[in-house]
Amino acid sequence: MTPEYYLLLSALLFTIGAVGVLVRRNAVVVFMCIELMLNAVNLSLVTFSRIHGNLDGQVMALFVMVVAACEVVVGLAIITAIFRTRQSSSVDDANLLKY
Amino acid sequence: MTTTSLAQAPVLIEMPPIDWAASAPLWIVFTGACVSVLLEAFLPRHQRWPVQVLATGLTLVAALVALAGYALSGPGPVLTFGTALAVDGPSLFLWGTLIVLAIPSLLLLADRSVEPGGVFVASAAERAAARNGGGGSGPGGPPEHVDRSYGAPDETPTMQTEPFPFVLFALGGMMAFVAANDLLTMFIALEVLSLPLYLLCGLARRRRLLSQEAAVKYFLLGAFASAFFLYGIALVYGYAGSVSLREISEAAAGTLASDTLLFAGLALLLVGLLFKGSVAPFHTWTPDVYQGAPTPVTAFMAACTKVAAFGAIARVLHVAFGSTVWEWRGVLWVVAVVSMVVGAVLGLTQTDVKRMIAYSSIAHAGFLMLGAMALTPDGIAGLMFYLVAYGFTTVAVFGVISLVRGPDGEAGHLSQWAGLAKRSPLVAGIMTFLLLALAGIPLTSGFTAKFAVFSAALADGMAPLVVIALVASAVAAFFYLRVVVLMYFSEPAEDGPTVVVPGAFTTVAITLGTLATLVLGILPTPVLDWAASGTFAG
Repeated sequence: MTPEYYLLLSALLFTIGAVGVLVRRNAVVVFMCIELMLNAVNLSLVTFSRIHGNLDGQVMALFVMVVAACEVVVGLAIITAIFRTRQSSSVDDANLLKY
Repeated sequence: MTTTSLAQAPVLIEMPPIDWAASAPLWIVFTGACVSVLLEAFLPRHQRWPVQVLATGLTLVAALVALAGYALSGPGPVLTFGTALAVDGPSLFLWGTLIVLAIPSLLLLADRSVEPGGVFVASAAERAAARNGGGGSGPGGPPEHVDRSYGAPDETPTMQTEPFPFVLFALGGMMAFVAANDLLTMFIALEVLSLPLYLLCGLARRRRLLSQEAAVKYFLLGAFASAFFLYGIALVYGYAGSVSLREISEAAAGTLASDTLLFAGLALLLVGLLFKGSVAPFHTWTPDVYQGAPTPVTAFMAACTKVAAFGAIARVLHVAFGSTVWEWRGVLWVVAVVSMVVGAVLGLTQTDVKRMIAYSSIAHAGFLMLGAMALTPDGIAGLMFYLVAYGFTTVAVFGVISLVRGPDGEAGHLSQWAGLAKRSPLVAGIMTFLLLALAGIPLTSGFTAKFAVFSAALADGMAPLVVIALVASAVAAFFYLRVVVLMYFSEPAEDGPTVVVPGAFTTVAITLGTLATLVLGILPTPVLDWAASGTFAG
């Protein structure tokens, strides 16, 4: 098993997440795509950790998971707040600030 | 491959020694933030505001005293928390800058005289009561969803006090961000500073839809950028086998490994960092968030986030990527030019005063890039001086903006500022002075700062960039002067805005910012000397 395959998979997942952020319209789905990007990075970190034979990458992956959980808390709070006032979670509807 | 050894030997992790004295400002701010959360949880509502203001103020003063005590004892650079935190000359200077800038921001935030009850949203229960009683606008209603001032007429309306712990957490994150000596610490600090800011943006009492929209945009784009930052960390870790800035630098100088990982990683790292510093082309959130967020929050964000982001950019470029400067400098030249041009040109077309200042901050980010790219002691000193100067001016500008008010909150539109000098010569005069400082006119801090940064860039071989920066400064000066002309030479509109007489807090904040702008313009030497006194430890 060569670890490079995991790096490719991670890059692929990261790209899917990034494209999802750019093309999806629902704020919650956009947010899920960002989480996908973070988890793709976790895969990279763990793979590099194995390649280098040290633990730094695995420790970082744990940190990233905690940070991702905190982001969920804050992000869903913000999305819920705007959903309550607008009855919509589409990122296209939030268009008052421009020019 | 040595992977099998991972499973066998149990790894003992020892607690690294911690230099409490060196890191005192940091842990004082974080302790203060935790205390502030507890106060929020256990105090009855009507006591929260005075106690929170007092606690937050004491925290900042204590952190400043600890910092001054430590800095005056003449310490050498220290690596503490293992090697995660570098307390060196630039760290101490930027910590001081951040704390000192947080004080006027906090005063603006705590003020209840300009907007009755403070700028932040009232609690959910009160809001529901107001909606049931007053028939608030439903979903899809007009954006000017104005709340009433809560509380009985004879008592001061209560104000939500969550912003105080948020500000302290964000400040602590910023302080850790500028001192972070490895990329993991930097990432955690980035999140600790960002998450409270996202929430703060969405808490405005007036124009709630705008405020919430700003929060959503800032959050989604910020999380997107930090995902890129994180992928950059992963790639750099893949290259160097470590995330310590010093070891990255050694790996970059001394291995034959493929540079693709290193430079792809650096590019992604910079996306995250430049986003925080609102450098074009990663600036798109800036105007929206500056306009939508409550003005005191914008002041805090504009001043302190800029300091934190550029402190971190400079540290990464100096310590980790100093040995590969010729590979990345060309790309950052382009970024700096784009930022200056976008800020200066789009700033010309703005009609909202907060958006205009946002584009001004993008142009200033381009000028700051010059200082961050000049990898010399002069470059660091110029950059840090610029950050102090810009921070004070910006806080004061937003303080003034919060004073000029129409019937439905702040008078954002520039046309409402017409003839302001006739209504209130003092406010117009202060605003003129601050705008001239942003434009970089001599005798203001803006001139000294630009001079320091541009001369450092010139000395480090960036002459073409300095010429472009000078042209961009001239273009940007035009849109500052446009506001000045508008205030002095236009007839005031009949239903023009009123200028609120500010309470003590806002007055002190604006005075502090204006005085600092003046003093740093006339007597910059002490601060410049202090800024030049240390270089990055790694």
